[in-house]
Amino acid sequence: MDLLRFATAGSVDDGKSTLIGRLLYDSKSIFEDQLESIELASKNRGAETTDLALLTDGLRAEREQGITIDVAYRYFATPKRKFIIADTPGHQQYTRNMVTGASTADLAIILVDARKGLTEQSRRHATISSLLRVPHVVLAVNKMDLVDWSEERFDEIYREFTDFASKLDIPDLTAIPVSALLGDNIVDRSTNMDWYQGTSLLYHLENVHIGSDRNLQDVRFPVQYVVRPQTAEHPDYRGFAGQVASGILKVGDEVMALPSGLSTRVAAIDGPNGPVDAAYPPMSVTVRLEDEIDLSRGDILCRKGNHPEPTQDIEATVCWMDATPLTERRKVSILHTTRMARAMVKEIAYELNVNTLHRDQDVHELGLNSIGRVKLRVTTPLLIDDYAENRITGSFILIDEATHRTVGAGVIRH
Amino acid sequence: MTQPASLALSQLDALEAEAIHIIREVVAQMERPALLFSGGKDSICLLHLAIKAFAPAPVPMPVVHIDTGQNFPEVIEYRDRIVEQYGLTLVVGSVQDAIDAGKVKEAPDGSRNRIQTPVLLETIEDNRFDACMGGARRDEEKARAKERVFSFRDEFGQWDPRNQRPELWSLYNGKVHPGESIRVFPLSNWTELDIWDYIRSRDIEVPSIYYAHDREVFLRDGMWMASNEWAVPPEGVETQVRKVRYRTVGDATLTAAVESDADTIDKIIEETAATRLTERGATRGDDRVSEAAMEDRKKEGYF
Ligand SMILES: Nc1nc2c(ncn2[C@@H]2O[C@H](COP(=O)(O)OP(=O)(O)OP(=O)(O)O)[C@@H](O)[C@H]2O)c(=O)[nH]1
Ligand SMILES: [Mg+2]
Repeated sequence: MDLLRFATAGSVDDGKSTLIGRLLYDSKSIFEDQLESIELASKNRGAETTDLALLTDGLRAEREQGITIDVAYRYFATPKRKFIIADTPGHQQYTRNMVTGASTADLAIILVDARKGLTEQSRRHATISSLLRVPHVVLAVNKMDLVDWSEERFDEIYREFTDFASKLDIPDLTAIPVSALLGDNIVDRSTNMDWYQGTSLLYHLENVHIGSDRNLQDVRFPVQYVVRPQTAEHPDYRGFAGQVASGILKVGDEVMALPSGLSTRVAAIDGPNGPVDAAYPPMSVTVRLEDEIDLSRGDILCRKGNHPEPTQDIEATVCWMDATPLTERRKVSILHTTRMARAMVKEIAYELNVNTLHRDQDVHELGLNSIGRVKLRVTTPLLIDDYAENRITGSFILIDEATHRTVGAGVIRH
Repeated sequence: MTQPASLALSQLDALEAEAIHIIREVVAQMERPALLFSGGKDSICLLHLAIKAFAPAPVPMPVVHIDTGQNFPEVIEYRDRIVEQYGLTLVVGSVQDAIDAGKVKEAPDGSRNRIQTPVLLETIEDNRFDACMGGARRDEEKARAKERVFSFRDEFGQWDPRNQRPELWSLYNGKVHPGESIRVFPLSNWTELDIWDYIRSRDIEVPSIYYAHDREVFLRDGMWMASNEWAVPPEGVETQVRKVRYRTVGDATLTAAVESDADTIDKIIEETAATRLTERGATRGDDRVSEAAMEDRKKEGYF
């Protein structure tokens, strides 16, 4: 069975959590005691019907305010697939948590309230999904019950969205009219919208093709940890542990280590359940090499003719997630694959206006939840690829040197 | 040698790879990590993953057991045998010792659940652990569903659910100041069914109480409690012998058994796939107290 990770996105109150609740409820993925507990919680809040959003809004503060604050992860399976859901908050203040949920998603469901149409926050989330290159996007036009199940309204929002998305990078877009509250087109096809010819949301989630989203071309193996038992039984064992970022690594292959540039061959690959002939993403393995070369955490195994670029100058689009704005000349820690270094902001080239996608070059700092182009100088060369080619070697996070909080997320574009 | 059938990992293999990656990050980034090991099925899987992550080298961190003193004997026997078998270093944080020293007090109903937290925090402080890995899963409970894989704790061990560090891709931020620490949950994305699938496919031994057996039990709040020195049936309540098994293993005063015929791993998996109750809903008295019982305990520093 394979695995699909998906995240919700969209403005506050557009119905994200209700939609996830409905999906779990109608696919019979809710346990009796969970249902009982949200029935009781709904009643305690004076609601007449059970609020399915409470299935993911599990924190006290969320239930008090009726909003989502942080991502909730939920799990369910159908005979076709296992799903990991990240239900993210729509509130602008918690954009950092939406980014957290979307960063690992294979698919994003962007909800739009049919009455309101696209809002700034819908556009921000669409922009973030595109920036993170979430490979599949579903536009779920929600609350169709409140617009008389109108095909015209759906078409209007669909056009508005595709207009905006044409300036973004969204390789696969599917639009579905739904009512999360009533269940239309969530698990079962709606009987209120005969004009809609497509499938239900669940059917789409079960069948969307995700097999080709991985990069099996470029060998990248960031070394996480060196395994050296130095025991009587294994006096000479020296293995390089890590998770394959991309490409296929085979026993006998010639590989190059960076930054040293030294070449050798793969002598053996130890998987979690014994030796294997080949390793490919996302396997965690330990690689043994034929020659004793200089290689440690933060280094990368790749191929002579196909390797990442070692550079101290990085240009990236950064999503800033801290209340103190990012300014030029500021120093931060940077974590890229398994390498931690320090970086200085050389230049903030522009801020991206998420409503118009205009690049505002007069802006030289990035405030909370804003997105912009940043040039960094790093203390030591990082082994980078373009994020478009490689989600792992093309991404990094920024960490505040004083508070140690994660304050920024960057995707690298040459 | 095993040849990959196709270049896709099954979802269980993908979960295994993710967990091993997380465990290695902990050891690579942190100075004094520890692994919480209770002898329950989740921490058993976690320990096996840690063994695989560093093989053929030994697990480079101690295992910690916060011992309430109210244990199932089968579990303690199992714990000690595994520690011996894998040459592990065991650190025990004893709730009984803390009670004897007057540091903590049992709840009026005899429950030691809440006073585990100060003992855990003291154990972390005494040993200067800056990271503690646990086997908690997000599917267990609604507050856990919100928690990061690398979950930051301040110098009081507190979790602040409204102010968690963003966590993107597979980049984990383990930076802490002295006194602060990180709780790490490598099994975040596993479900109860995944755990049993893993135990079956990797042929892992678990304590016998997970398999259906005859036991003397009595009914308390609709749940079957084993009658033993800590859980005594109230007057007028009869004990009876029933075929039961445990879905979770916690404090013996609090953890209920479920009626079951599942005495083999295949039957357990069948039963787990068909169950209509969550494992905590079916077996844990401690989560029934209030709507936010787990969130509140976690804010105080509980696992
Ligand atoms: N009529 C109608 N109401 C809906 C529908 N979907 C959601 N709602 C209502 O919209 C309100 C907000 O729903 P939520 O699911 O909490 O919204 P959300 O998008 O998760 O909000 P945040 O997570 O805080 O951003 C609730 O009162 C829902 O009952 C729908 O399809 N039709
Ligand atoms: Mg919500």
